[in-house]
Amino acid sequence: MEKVAIIGVAQTKYMKNNPNSHDEMAFEVTNKALEDAGLTIENIDNSVTCTNDFWDGRTISCMTITDATGSSRVPTTNVEGDGTYGVLIGLMRILSGYHNITLVVAQSKGSIGVPSLITNAIFDPLYERMLGLDAVNSAALQARRYMTKYGITEEQCAKVSVKNHKNALNNPHAQLPLDITVEDVLHSRLLADPIKLLDTSPISDGACALILARESDAKKICKKPVWIRGVGHCSDTYHLGDRDLSDVSVLESAAKRAYDMAGIKDPKKEIHVAEVYDAFSYMELMWMEGLGFCERGGAGALIDSGFTEMGGPLPVNPSGGVLSAHPVLAAGLARIAEAVLQLRGEAGSRQVEGARVALAHGIEGACGQGHCVYVLER
Amino acid sequence: MGNRVSIVGVGQTHHKSKIPECNGQELIGIAVRRVLENTELTMKDIDAVVVGNMDHFESINYGDMWSVLGFGGYMKPVLKVTTGGTTGSAVGHAAFYHVASGLFDTVLAIGWEQNSESDTTAAIVTHCDPLIERDFYGGAIGGLAAQYSMYMDKYGATEEDAALVSVRDRCNAARYNPYAHLREEITVEDVLKSPYISYPLRLLHMCPRSDGACAVIFASEEKARRITSKPAWILGVGNSHRSTYLGDEIGLPGLRSLEIAAKEAYRMAGITDPFNQIDVAEMYLPAASAGVSWMEAMGFCEEGGGPELIRSGVTNIDGELPINPSGGVISTNCIGATGLIRIGEAALQVMGKAEARQVPDVKIAAATGFGGCFWSDVMILSSLSYLD
Repeated sequence: MEKVAIIGVAQTKYMKNNPNSHDEMAFEVTNKALEDAGLTIENIDNSVTCTNDFWDGRTISCMTITDATGSSRVPTTNVEGDGTYGVLIGLMRILSGYHNITLVVAQSKGSIGVPSLITNAIFDPLYERMLGLDAVNSAALQARRYMTKYGITEEQCAKVSVKNHKNALNNPHAQLPLDITVEDVLHSRLLADPIKLLDTSPISDGACALILARESDAKKICKKPVWIRGVGHCSDTYHLGDRDLSDVSVLESAAKRAYDMAGIKDPKKEIHVAEVYDAFSYMELMWMEGLGFCERGGAGALIDSGFTEMGGPLPVNPSGGVLSAHPVLAAGLARIAEAVLQLRGEAGSRQVEGARVALAHGIEGACGQGHCVYVLER
Repeated sequence: MGNRVSIVGVGQTHHKSKIPECNGQELIGIAVRRVLENTELTMKDIDAVVVGNMDHFESINYGDMWSVLGFGGYMKPVLKVTTGGTTGSAVGHAAFYHVASGLFDTVLAIGWEQNSESDTTAAIVTHCDPLIERDFYGGAIGGLAAQYSMYMDKYGATEEDAALVSVRDRCNAARYNPYAHLREEITVEDVLKSPYISYPLRLLHMCPRSDGACAVIFASEEKARRITSKPAWILGVGNSHRSTYLGDEIGLPGLRSLEIAAKEAYRMAGITDPFNQIDVAEMYLPAASAGVSWMEAMGFCEEGGGPELIRSGVTNIDGELPINPSGGVISTNCIGATGLIRIGEAALQVMGKAEARQVPDVKIAAATGFGGCFWSDVMILSSLSYLD
């Protein structure tokens, strides 16, 4: 594969009730990403936006940010899904040879909507919706199944929350930097057994932007290009009842594609930092298994050992992860942006020393039905 | 440049106002089964899937995940592209980039919509800015009506000219396309007697809302040669989503985004004389009036030449440049599929597989998409893998 680099990144601060509108947030990150790359909007020759009509509360919601992202002046398209998928289309457009410097923007103002209703609409309208399924209680089904199958404990899940909220103390963009204990998590309000308030992510407002370029230009423009070495995406089947919710084959398949492309044989050793889509605390544990950082069922022991802590062999979510800020659609893009900062050595007090290879990960649908995995290298 | 890309197969439902025996997944299933049968492939041969529809029409969130059941997408790479009316064409373009990038060899593109489950206009109205435009902008019709009145005023086009386009497309659908939704022959008098919806557009100038799905398989050069002896090569793509507000576009009687998109696609394909080089066009004309006023944007005539072009009959199925032998969008409009049907129909013409609606000896075909806020996508297909 021809080399494509990420040459600019930008994020808003993630928060509840951001006073800026969707397009103002998109405008902010577009300009900041251009500034980061040392470019102007005239240098951008195509763009990809990521929006979702349900979260945005309007039809053809990509229209909301067409102007703000400069997409009105260049060839553009819109991925309805996590920002990681938007980057994939951007990558393809560059590899096709027809486009070069590509802007990818994702944004969401989830805090102005009703997430339980928005995520209820993920489910089958005849058979499942009336049960009241939403992102939280479907995740509870998955968490319970996963914990039961592998003997994972609520304490082990809570440790993820403690770790990530603590990491968020070092991330100026995070919404929920918290110094909490396992006890705090276990005693927080029960939302849907076994998911408690501090096992869940907030629903945040925010935006993230990346700029991609092919190798020849990236080297000219950027002192610290970060290379996309591998990418893979994959989808599981739809109905929760048709899935073994503890099974991570779908993530393994996406990761295998990314690892094969990047030549990664032993991810646990070859990857130095990972930013994964931990919408719930248990998810980070499951994704560790799907990404091949441990055996299936082994993520409880992995978190107990401190393997994924800052200072451990493989820090996971130094940014605080999605648990500390969850701008839906932008959250996966933010994982890539954070991985880029790590590889550039510009992650400030959340920097993982010596990180050369990073993993970033996004999910799509309920209970991680879809996954998109990136291997990045400086 | 990236890998050469071709279309090797097309499948679609028999589109109708209502297909009550199917849900959206099943509509997708029909189109996908048909394209797999046509190409003698199975889902095992498909490396990745691109799917698109408009969420609020069926009220399914994360439709990419939901639709996995319809096409057998278990453990496949799947992603969703949605850009309003241009969704179907954007899905086709995304599938093109999947293959052109070299990341995937055989890619299934799916567009679908089940409008019978929606209040389509109510959903479309919400695409307008909630503060500035929503109160007075009545769905998709108002802007098109205003645009054509300006064109009439500037160039002397008439309601009758638009009626000629209605008759052309609806009669093509009635006579030649078994998949089309509206299959009754109509006359200019019928159109001019039908009620106004928004002056100067009448009921029979407008597209219907349909249930249906379309599936198209894109393949790399190596795979294409194994699948079919006559693939439809994609020579160029272009796109412009230049406007955000109705007012950005409404002062212009033609369609600027189509002009930009067509110019780019022609440049990529090496087309310098579109009227003479293009043998057939499948155009996303949401109203018959666009069949008059958007001809300049495609480079088919000089500025203001639309009415003369239509009156002369050259765009009829037996004319020099047939437009919409399928019957086009005013005969069939399953919105998320509509743009992809244009690509699929253009591919069938190039492959010589368009059956009763086949135009003889098609070497180059154009397919357009329209939607969003007066946005356009254009794709150029050919029986030749490159032009001299």
